[in-house]
Parts: sequence; C-alpha cells; structure tokens
Amino acid sequence: MSPFPANLLSMDDLDTEGIGEVLAVADSFVEVGRRANPKVPALRGRTVATLFFEDSTRTRMSFETAAKRMSADVLSFAAGSSSLKKGESLRDTIETIEAIGIDAVIIRHASSGVPARVAGWVEHCSVINAGDGWHQHPTQALLDLYTVRQALGGGDAGLTRFEGLSVLIVGDIRHSRVARSQVTGYAALGAEVTLVAPATLLPPSLEGWPIAGVSHRLDDVLEKADVVSLLRVQSERGSGAFVPTLREYTAGFGLTARRAALLQPGAVILHPGPMVRGVEIASDVAELPASLITEQVSNGVAVRMAVLFLLLGQGPIEGAHRG
Amino acid sequence: MAERRAHSTGATRSVLLRGGTVVDHTGSREADVLIVGDRVSEVGTVDSPPAGTLVLDVGGCVVGPGLVDLHTHLRQPGREEAETVETGARAASLGGFTAVVAMPNTEPTLDSAEAVRTVFDLAADVTAEVAVAGAITVGRAGERLAPMAELAGLGVRLFTDDGSGVQSAGLMRRALEYATGLGVTLAQHCEDATLAADGAMHEGAWSSRLGIPGMPAVAEEVMVARDLALVRATGARMHFLHLSTAGSVELVRRAKAEGLAVTAEAAPHHFTLTDACAAGYDPVFKVNPPLRPVSDVEAVKAGLADGTIDAIATDHAPHAPETKDLPFDQAPPGMLGLQTALSLAVTELDLPIGRILALMSWQPASICGLDADHGGNQGGPVVPGSVANLCVVDPAATWVVDATALASRSRNSPYAGRKLTGRVRHTVFRGEPVVIDGEAQR
Repeated sequence: MSPFPANLLSMDDLDTEGIGEVLAVADSFVEVGRRANPKVPALRGRTVATLFFEDSTRTRMSFETAAKRMSADVLSFAAGSSSLKKGESLRDTIETIEAIGIDAVIIRHASSGVPARVAGWVEHCSVINAGDGWHQHPTQALLDLYTVRQALGGGDAGLTRFEGLSVLIVGDIRHSRVARSQVTGYAALGAEVTLVAPATLLPPSLEGWPIAGVSHRLDDVLEKADVVSLLRVQSERGSGAFVPTLREYTAGFGLTARRAALLQPGAVILHPGPMVRGVEIASDVAELPASLITEQVSNGVAVRMAVLFLLLGQGPIEGAHRG
Repeated sequence: MAERRAHSTGATRSVLLRGGTVVDHTGSREADVLIVGDRVSEVGTVDSPPAGTLVLDVGGCVVGPGLVDLHTHLRQPGREEAETVETGARAASLGGFTAVVAMPNTEPTLDSAEAVRTVFDLAADVTAEVAVAGAITVGRAGERLAPMAELAGLGVRLFTDDGSGVQSAGLMRRALEYATGLGVTLAQHCEDATLAADGAMHEGAWSSRLGIPGMPAVAEEVMVARDLALVRATGARMHFLHLSTAGSVELVRRAKAEGLAVTAEAAPHHFTLTDACAAGYDPVFKVNPPLRPVSDVEAVKAGLADGTIDAIATDHAPHAPETKDLPFDQAPPGMLGLQTALSLAVTELDLPIGRILALMSWQPASICGLDADHGGNQGGPVVPGSVANLCVVDPAATWVVDATALASRSRNSPYAGRKLTGRVRHTVFRGEPVVIDGEAQR
C-alpha cells in the first residue's frame, strides 16, 4: 500500500486504496463517537490549527470536534477575509502560525489554490484543505463516500458496490469545490458520474473529467439514479447572470416531491449543506428516509478524525486502528 | 569598472566592436564598428582606432541596432517599490534594449503633460531612451479623451489605456478619428471586460480543473474584431498589444491582407509558456492576457514567422514580491521580461537572428516613431554618422535565469532556473557602452 500523503489538498492526492483506508479508519471512529465518552488519546500532544479565511461554522466545528475527540490541542485562527487587507500577508500569517509549533493546519479560503501554496511554504506541518474557492473540498467528498458506502451496506462489501453506481451531481458545478472533489472520489471507486446543470453552471471545459456524461435535463436522468447529490445554488447565481431566476432553476433542476417520487427504490439523496429549501431541494424531500443529509453531518466528524489520524497519528490506538 | 569609467571622462570616448557580424535592415556583413562620441564613425575594417579606444572583441557575435521595447511598465511614478525608471532602464540595457516605451498605467496615469514631463525628467540620465505612451482616456477610465494633442506636442506618438481596453466602441471610434489628425497611433489592450469578468487565467481545461475564474479567448478576440471594424470605418492606424490567441492572430492576418493600417505585437511569454503553468497556483505565472494553451502558443509563433505580428514586446510588468505571495486570483497580473526577451526569441523561435532583430528593433522602432523616418535614431541602420544605439548578441551563449540577479527591483520572472540560448553581451546607448560583457556599467 502506498504511504498516506503528507497533505490532503485535493481528492487527487488519494488513490482508490487511500480512499478505502480513510473510510475503514472512519469506521473505528464512528464507533468511538457512539461511546458515552467519545474521546481517544490518539493525537494527545499534537496541535492542529484551523485557519478559516472564509466563514464556515459547520466545517470548522466538524474539524475541531474531530481533533478534540482525538485529544489534540486545537488552535483556532479567526481570520475574516479582511485580515489580509490590514497588511499582513498570507505568507507571513502562515509562517507565524507554523512558528508557534503546530502539526497540522486546516485551511478554508475563498481563493482556489491557497492550501497548495501554503503546503509549499510550511516546512514541518501537514496541510488539510477544508475548502478552497471553486477548487476542492476533499473531506466533504470523503464523508459523502462514507455515507453512501454506509447506505450500500458498509465495510468492504459496501465499497465494492460503488462499481457502476449511477451518481448524479446536480446544480452549480461551475462554482463548486464540492463537485470537483466528488467527481474524483466517485470515479476512483468506479461509480458513473453524470453532471446535471444548465450549461451556464457547468465548468467551461470538462476535458479530462472522469465522468460518464452531462445532462441539461434532470427529468431525463433521474429514474436510473442510485445517488442524487445536490449542490447549493447561491441566490446571486439566480439573479439573471447564470439562470434567469431561482424559480426557473427549481422548475428545471430542483428535487421536488414530484421528482423524488420518480427515484428508484434504494436511491439516496445527499446535500453538503447548507441547503436552500425550496430551491434545489423541497423541504419535504429533505425529510424523506432516502435523504442522508443528517448522516452526512454526523459521519463528517468520524471521517475528519480518520484524516487527521492518518496524517498525524502513529501506531494503534484505543478503539481505533489503522485499516 | 574604474578603468572603463575613465573612457567616459576623456575628451571624446571611442569604442571599437571588433570582429562581429553587423546585422540591420539592410542586411548582414562582417565588419568592425568604430564608435566615436555618440556616433558610429566607421563600419568596415578598422585597423587603427584612436588612442584610448575601448576595444571589445565581438567575434562570433551579432552587432545590431539596439532593441526597442514597445511595451514596458516602469511603474514610476507611483509604484517605486516595484520598479523605477532608472532600474527599468538598467534592466532594458542588460536585455539589449536602447529604447523602451513606458506604459501609462502609473499613479498618476500618464494622461497629462505634467505626468509625461515627470517621466521624461526621470529618464533624462538613464541608460536607455524612454518614450512615453499616453493614455487614450483620462485616468484610463474609458470615459473621456485625454488631451492627446497636448501630449503629442511633447513627443508622445503612441496612446493606449493598456491594462484594460477602451470598452466603449463609441469612444474608441472618436479616439481613432481624433488620432488621425495628430499623426499618432492608438494601441489597444484587447479585452472585453464583460467577457473577461473576474478571470485570473485562460478559461479552458486548466481553469476548469483548478477552479480559477477564467478569461475566455473570445474576450480578446471580440475587441480585436471590433477595433478592426473601427479602423476600417475611420481609416485610422492602430497597433494591437500582446496578441495571445489563435483567433486574434488570424483576424489581424486577414486585416493585413485586406490592406488595413494595423500592426501587432506579441509578448515572449505568449510564445514560450502555457496555461498549464498555473497548475501550482504560483502567481508568477499570472499575466494579462493570460497564458494560453499550446494551440495558441503555436499560432503566435506562426504569426511572428509569417509577418502577421510585427514586433516582440516584453510587457515587462514588475510587481513587488509580497504582491505575488497573494492567492492566485488576488495577485496582480504581470511578469518581468526585459532581460529574457531576446534570449527567449533566440531559444524558442525558429527564426534567423536577422528576423528576430526585425521583430525587436527596427519594426517596433517604426511603430512607435523612434526610427529615422520619424526623426529618431533607434532601429538602425548601422552606418557611419548614425547615433550609436547598438546591441551585441552572442547567439550561441547559454545561461540560466536567476531571478534574484536581475536588475529589476522586482523578482517576478517566470523563467527562473530556465536555461536559455543567446545572450546580450554589450549594449551601447548613444555611444556609451552601458553594458559590457553582460554587466551594467552604471
């Protein structure tokens, strides 16, 4: 097995085995999460820092919870996007934080590529991408894969069932770091990914993307889907520049109750959140048993524990072991 | 250094370039070149130069007219931390240039007589001739015409809002009409702002994968097409800055075949680098127009080879290091170019040195009005009596670019570590050897 990478910047950093390893280790941490005291000493003495240059309460809380459940010390660098405008360069900020003595930085930034640049600047610590611009959000894709694998029966058997699975990624793919990570992750496990969006919300080029196809009509592809992964449509995209109105978007691409009824038995619905009910997903649909949105959130902590453990952990730990 | 300095303090300085091949627009010949004072004195076999002559052996080298850069950002006034007229001129000299055209996107903009005079004053004693391109519109805001006649009266021959294109077709039409009465040339940075939007690199496979907002090729091409239509309608002359796409090159090729009075330039990075360079998110590869795919690079090379593109212009754009440590989409676009342009042309273009000098010396000199036909003394020919603006190139020498060793105040060369063939050995500006053996003399 190839060694786990030093950083997690993109889903491209993980091969199929690496993804399997994260999911297997996450199984152990899901079990830890069910305990009365859901805490293990796996990262005791380690320090991780969350650097969120873009607001995100959910992802930040998920990462910080993951680190604390493994007994790591957590530094939380509160950086509004304005902090750089106050004069300190990003590079100085990073070098200052590294000088404090940390083992991993978890970075969210509105600009694509920042985690990759930071990985080139730091000398001693691992870099985890918690979402950069439109580029990548690898832990989101991993927790999606974990959640789907769970729905497919879990474990190695669940993993093998990705082969040939029909996955729809629906919505604003052009501006979505989640979509870029999902496509790589699903394809690595053998799933057939179809991108579903109006042409204006697709990337300008799909050259080299490991996808089975593209559809501009959700109704055409919905009935054969095994996984429907929805993306948030930001309201400014529906103000006339990308789609005429959000209403028109919903009419064509929203997962309404009518459309949800067309899904085959066993098909599941995912959404990375935050969802805009009534736009990309009807409120009732979000509450269906097929909807795994709550599972995604709870699995997120275990998957992030697994990523931290594989990047920083050493040797077996109580209740968790490397796959 | 002290000894060489002594040559400039004597009664009359003389320099002999011995044993080289003289190349200018009239052709090529083996000849020594004797320079006395600021003029070429003899071209031929010079056996007995005056006592005290600095003799430079240039065997194996090409002695040509000094290079002329149509597109230099000197950053002064306003951005002296990135470059000054003095440091930019030194970088120019080291790159073989004896003249540069300073772009007007300074702070303040070069849109007034006062601002233009400021640059001329700063350039009074530097190591290259500094011409000024004036802004077409006040503040480069694209709203109303700058006082072009007043600036033309100061010697400004080229006008551009470079950094952005004039977005209004109506205003551009008026500018072209006004220019025809002044005998000046308008130069356009072709970029439709609504299509380029917030793009930070070429829109295509790489931008889509990297999640970087893209600028499509059509953002450039629609303005090239629009301006060609305006040139056709007004009869004005026009120069296209830094063409970067196959579509733009083809539009200009057809326009020339039609007989329109247009010229065009291309920057070295557009025939040497591709959009794949952005893969590591290093803003040293961010430039505007952006680096394009291989097919566009090949089209630019073809345009240079077949005469569609008249000049290689550096778009030398210094930026202080801290600005290039910003995220890719926030960092300013631009790269250094003066000291690597000639070597890149020799290394990457399959053209004889005479064609490269045409693209970098006499053709750009003509476009910006610094040649003999317009009363200037750039671009040759190398004949007795002409002002000695010369560069000496060793076409076979190889060297490795060290960004920290460049004369510019900034370090943003995308070619750091790249091995190049062809090197400027000496540069003579108005008779003064400002570069000797690759070393700036002041």
